Amino acid sequence: MSRRMTGLNVENITHDWGAKRALEAVSFSVAPGQFCALLGPNGAGKSTLFGLLTRLFTPRTGRIDIAGHDVSRDPLGALSKTGVVFQQPTLDLDLSVWRNMLYFAGLHGITGRAARFAASEALDRLGMEERARERVRDLNGGHRRRLEIARALMHRPEVLLLDEPTVGLDAQTRSDLVAHVHGLAKDTGLAVLWATHLTDEIWPGDRLVVLHKGRVLEQGEVPVTGAALTAHFLKLTESEGV
Amino acid sequence: MRHALAALWVICHREALRFLGQRARMLAALVRPLVWLFVFAAGFRAALGLSITPPYQTYITYETYIVPGLCGMILLFNGMQSSLSLVMDREMGTMRLLLTAPLPRWWLLSCKLIAGALISVLQAYAFLAICALYGITFSPLGYVAILPALFLTALMVGALGIALSSTIKQLENFAGVMNFVIFPMFFLSTALYPLWKMAEASALLETICRLNPFSYGVESIRFALYLTPNPLAWGVCIAASIAFMVLALWGYDPAKRMIGRKM
Repeated sequence: MSRRMTGLNVENITHDWGAKRALEAVSFSVAPGQFCALLGPNGAGKSTLFGLLTRLFTPRTGRIDIAGHDVSRDPLGALSKTGVVFQQPTLDLDLSVWRNMLYFAGLHGITGRAARFAASEALDRLGMEERARERVRDLNGGHRRRLEIARALMHRPEVLLLDEPTVGLDAQTRSDLVAHVHGLAKDTGLAVLWATHLTDEIWPGDRLVVLHKGRVLEQGEVPVTGAALTAHFLKLTESEGV
Repeated sequence: MRHALAALWVICHREALRFLGQRARMLAALVRPLVWLFVFAAGFRAALGLSITPPYQTYITYETYIVPGLCGMILLFNGMQSSLSLVMDREMGTMRLLLTAPLPRWWLLSCKLIAGALISVLQAYAFLAICALYGITFSPLGYVAILPALFLTALMVGALGIALSSTIKQLENFAGVMNFVIFPMFFLSTALYPLWKMAEASALLETICRLNPFSYGVESIRFALYLTPNPLAWGVCIAASIAFMVLALWGYDPAKRMIGRKM
């Protein structure tokens, strides 16, 4: 595979937990402006992959490049270009929306007026500005997720990673979020990796990577959408055995 | 550098906001040593005779003797509680946010350690203020001199807590480990009894007290309070802090499978 200098490139990643192989020779790439759905059932290895992409732990073999930075050799360069929304919420529930934003800004070295501007701009983009003073505990699930996405965009990353961000949300909120992140990729040139096990979150023209039992079963432009994609996905994973 | 300091500032700020938001924790941290001072020490005053040993130059009451130990108690309990919040942060996910910040992991953990230590030191001073109202006072310079001793001891127990937190998978397990760490560390130290008193009771207990780094934290506070240098206590505290921090960094090393599975 040719190595692009931007977006996300994952090459031949293998990782295991003890005797259990979690990922085997996983390779794929996401170009700037592209929405890539990482589709896989529970236990496919999506969260392990996210842990590796964000350097919570390091891979045994293979290479990950984020916006041209090798995650193993230049982790800080890579992390500074990465926005992450983890599956598990990572908000401070007892602090206000605004304080959560400023905390994150500080962790990324954005301070003072620049931090306030970035926080305000990111909240505005996600329609959350009027909730800035509210305590996160008082927000509903949809707003919390929007806040996490707003926060992940504050430092203007080039790659946005979202690990099943719609878990626990109602259908309307889910569909709004999916539309919003598709719009972000298109309008701002972000490379988006969206992990999910729900086929209705994938749109025509998206890139698709099907992960099953730690291996990439298929990748490329989404062949079909909706119910046809569900059938296609089930056929793929069933033929590999569950 | 500016980035690193910005992170330190927001981590300290967050820790302070969280602490101020937890009134019960604030109160418990003060009530615990005060109960020891007003009830335990008052009862023991009659039973326990203290001879004049450095840094004391005159006879002192038992209440006066245990104040540095109770300051150490505040630092120990708070340091462990702050590290316990790391396990909670990990369960709540906020740890991921911290560790994915584009800064070296050792610095991020150090920020967490410094933030926790600052809160602990503030509480120790609040306790000393109550002691002063009760009538147990020290020289004004003593209050200034103990600042570095309090901070160093807080860093030492905090680093130990972080090292322990990296090996613990769930919050429930942490509570168990605390019982095997906090209480032995506190009781088997010079916080409540001087070493010679321990030696009278048992040579083994005295040896354990001598090996316990927390004893040296307490002694560094006690000696600083009387403006008496104690290089041994400082040396042990510094060495123990470094050793515990190295263990903590090893525990949180991304290349270790140990931490990976729990994140």
